[in-house]
Amino acid sequence: MDAKTTDSAPFLDRLEAVDTDQPDWAAALRRAGLAVYREEGLPHAKVEAWKYTRLDGLTRSAFEPGISAPDGITVPDGRIADMAGAHRLVFVNGCYRAELSDDGLADEGIEIVNLGKPGAAPGWVAEHMGRVLDLDGMPLAALNAALWGDGVAIKLADGAQLQKPLHLIFLAAASTPAMFQSRHLLIAGRDSRAAVIESHLGLEGAPTFSNSVVEMILEEDAVLDHAKLVDETEHAYHIAATALSLAGQARYNGFVLTLGGRVVRNETRVRLAAAGAECCLAGAYVADGEAHVDNTVFIDHAGPGAASRVVFKGVIGDTARGVFQGKTLVRQYAQKTDGHQLHKALLLSSGAEVNAKPELEIYADDVKCGHGATAAQLDEDMVFYLLARGIPEAQARQLLTEAFLGDVVDEIASPEIAAAMSAALTRRLAGINADHGA
Amino acid sequence: MALLEIQDLHVEVAGKEILRGISLDVEAGKVHAIMGPNGSGKSTLSHVLAGRSGYDVTGGSVRYDGSDLLQMNADERARKGVFLAFQYPVEIPGVTTTTFLRQALNAGRRERGEPELDAMEFVKVIRRKTKELGITDDLLKRPVNVGFSGGEKKRNEILQMAILEPRLAVLDETDSGLDIDALKVVSDGINAQRSDDRGVLLITHYQRLLDYVVPDRVHVLAQGCIVKSGGKELALELEKSGYAEFLDAAAA
Ligand SMILES: Nc1ncnc2c1ncn2[C@@H]1O[C@H](COP(=O)(O)OP(=O)(O)O)[C@@H](O)[C@H]1O
Ligand SMILES: [Mg+2]
Repeated sequence: MDAKTTDSAPFLDRLEAVDTDQPDWAAALRRAGLAVYREEGLPHAKVEAWKYTRLDGLTRSAFEPGISAPDGITVPDGRIADMAGAHRLVFVNGCYRAELSDDGLADEGIEIVNLGKPGAAPGWVAEHMGRVLDLDGMPLAALNAALWGDGVAIKLADGAQLQKPLHLIFLAAASTPAMFQSRHLLIAGRDSRAAVIESHLGLEGAPTFSNSVVEMILEEDAVLDHAKLVDETEHAYHIAATALSLAGQARYNGFVLTLGGRVVRNETRVRLAAAGAECCLAGAYVADGEAHVDNTVFIDHAGPGAASRVVFKGVIGDTARGVFQGKTLVRQYAQKTDGHQLHKALLLSSGAEVNAKPELEIYADDVKCGHGATAAQLDEDMVFYLLARGIPEAQARQLLTEAFLGDVVDEIASPEIAAAMSAALTRRLAGINADHGA
Repeated sequence: MALLEIQDLHVEVAGKEILRGISLDVEAGKVHAIMGPNGSGKSTLSHVLAGRSGYDVTGGSVRYDGSDLLQMNADERARKGVFLAFQYPVEIPGVTTTTFLRQALNAGRRERGEPELDAMEFVKVIRRKTKELGITDDLLKRPVNVGFSGGEKKRNEILQMAILEPRLAVLDETDSGLDIDALKVVSDGINAQRSDDRGVLLITHYQRLLDYVVPDRVHVLAQGCIVKSGGKELALELEKSGYAEFLDAAAA
C-alpha cells in the first residue's frame, strides 16, 4: 500500500495519476478537497449523514482510475433515457468521448466546454467552480474535488434558451475495477431556460466506482428541468452529489430515477436564496437483489418566500434496502416558506428494508412545512382482484407496483421527460415481480 | 357431466369450519340461486371457487368442466372461464379501468390461443359492451372502482363479466344496495349472459333479484350447509317465512 493511503482515507495514492499542470483555480479546488478528505476520510458508522449507507465495500475492490473501456463501445439506446432529439454528450468511464457525442451545439447564448483540460477553461468556470458545494461534511465530494478528471461546463447567457434538451450520457464499462470522478458545472443566467438529462449506465464487466459532483447555479427567473437516470450494474458504486443555488424566482424541476447499482447515493443539496425561488424535486427507485439505494436531500431555505416540494417513492424487493434522508432547514429570516417532503416505500419481500428519516429544522415562525414517510406492502386484496380477472400474478404485481410509482412521475413538469422516465420505469418493473410467475 | 360439480365440500377459515359439506351441480345453461342469511358462508363459497388464498379445503372436491378446480391458481381459473363478481369490489388507485380490462381480456385470449387485441380493437369491444349494457363509458378512464358509488361498482362487475364472457359466473350479492334502475341494469346484464353453454351461480340475500333473473334451481345455505333445494318457487316461500326455520334445521 502506498504511504499516502491510510485505511480511513483510501484512494489518496490515486492522486499521482492527476495531471499537475493546472490553473490556479483547479489546483486550489484539489487542495481544498484533499484537506477535507484527509481529515474526514471514508465515512464510518458514526458519521450521522452516512449512518445508513456503508462504503466499506469500496476498499474490497482494487479500483483504479484511467481504466479504458473495451474497444468499439457504443451507446445502448434501449437502456438510457429515451430523449430522441436531445443533444448528446457521452462520457465513458468518466472521460468525454467526442466521437460518440453530437457536435456543434450552436444555440445562441450557450457555451458548452469540456473540462478535460482545465487550463483551457474560460474565466466563468474558474470563477464559479466549487462555489456552490461546501465540502465540509462531504468527504466523497471532497475526494471528487481532489481527484476529478473530466466533465462539462455549461453556461446559458441571460435570456438564453437551450433549443434541445442536453443529454449527458455516462457509460461505465471496464474489464478491471475502475473508478472515475467527473465534475460538472451549469450556470443558468437570468430568465434562461434549459432541460438537462443525465443517464448513468453500467455495462457488464468489472465493478465500477463513480463519484461525481454537479454544481448548478440558477440566476433570477431561470428555469431548469433536470432528470437523472441511474442504471448501474449490480457491482457498481454510484455516489453523486448535486448542489444547486437558486436566486429569486428561479425554478428547479428535478427528478432522480434509480434503477440499478450495488450502492447508489444521490445526494441533492439545494439552497433557496431568495424570494419566489422554487424547488420541486421528485424521485423514484427500484431496488432488488442486494442493491442499496440512498436518496439524501437537503433543502436550505435561506431566503424568505421560497417553496420546496420533495417527493420520493421506492420499490424494494429481495434483500435490497432503500434509504431516504430528507432535511428541510428553514432559517430564521426565511419567513413564508412553503416546504414539504414525503417518502413512500413499497416493500415487495420480507427481506426488503427501508430507512427513512425526514427532518424539519425550522427557525422562522411563519411557515407552512410538513413531512411524512410511509412503508407498506402490496395490498393482497388488490392482487386477488386482478388474479380473479385472469391477469397472471407477476403481471398483476407489476401493474400495482407501477401504479404505486405512477403519481411520482406525475410530479415531472416536462411531458417529454416524464414520458422518458415512465418508459424506463416500466422497462425495469417488468423484471422485478417476475419470480411470482406461475 | 355438469359444468360445476361440488362434492361434499368442507372449508375452514383460521381453524373454524365455515362450509360443512356442500354438494351442488351447476349444469351449463342453468342459473342456480343460493340464498341464505348473513354469515351462512355464501361469500366463503364464492371465494373458494375463485381460488382466494386463506381458505383451507379440508374435504370434498370441486370439478369444473371435468377438471379439478382446486388444483388451479386463481388467475388460471379466471382465464379458463370462471368469473366472480365480488360482493365488495376493491378500489385500485393508479390503475385505469381500461388498462385493467385490456390486460384481463388479453390474458384470457392468450390462454385460448387467440390473438391479443390492440388498443383500437379493444376500445371497439368496450364500446359495444357498454352500449349493450346501457352503461356510460366514462368510468373507463378512471382508476378501477376508485370513488365509484356502490351501484357503479356493481355495474362495473357486470361490465367485466360481459367483456370476459365467462363459462361459469359466480355473482356474490351483486344485487345488494342497488336502486331499482341499477338492479335492472345488473339483471339485464346477467340475463344477456345466459346461454346454453354457460352456468350461473347467483348468490343473493333477497328474493328481489330473482324476479328479474329467474333461476332454474334455488338452494338455501344456512350455517355452512345446503338445507333445502327446490325450484324458483322456493325463493317466494323464503320471502314469506324468512330464514328462521332453516337456521333451526341447520343447527339440529
Ligand atoms: N377471514 C375470515 N376469518 C375468520 N372468519 C371468517 C373470515 N371470513 C369469513 N369468516 C366467517 O365465516 C362465516 C361465513 O362468512 P361469509 O362467507 O362471508 O358469509 P356470507 O357471505 O353468507 O354472509 C362468518 O361467520 C364469518 O364471520
Ligand atoms: Mg357475503
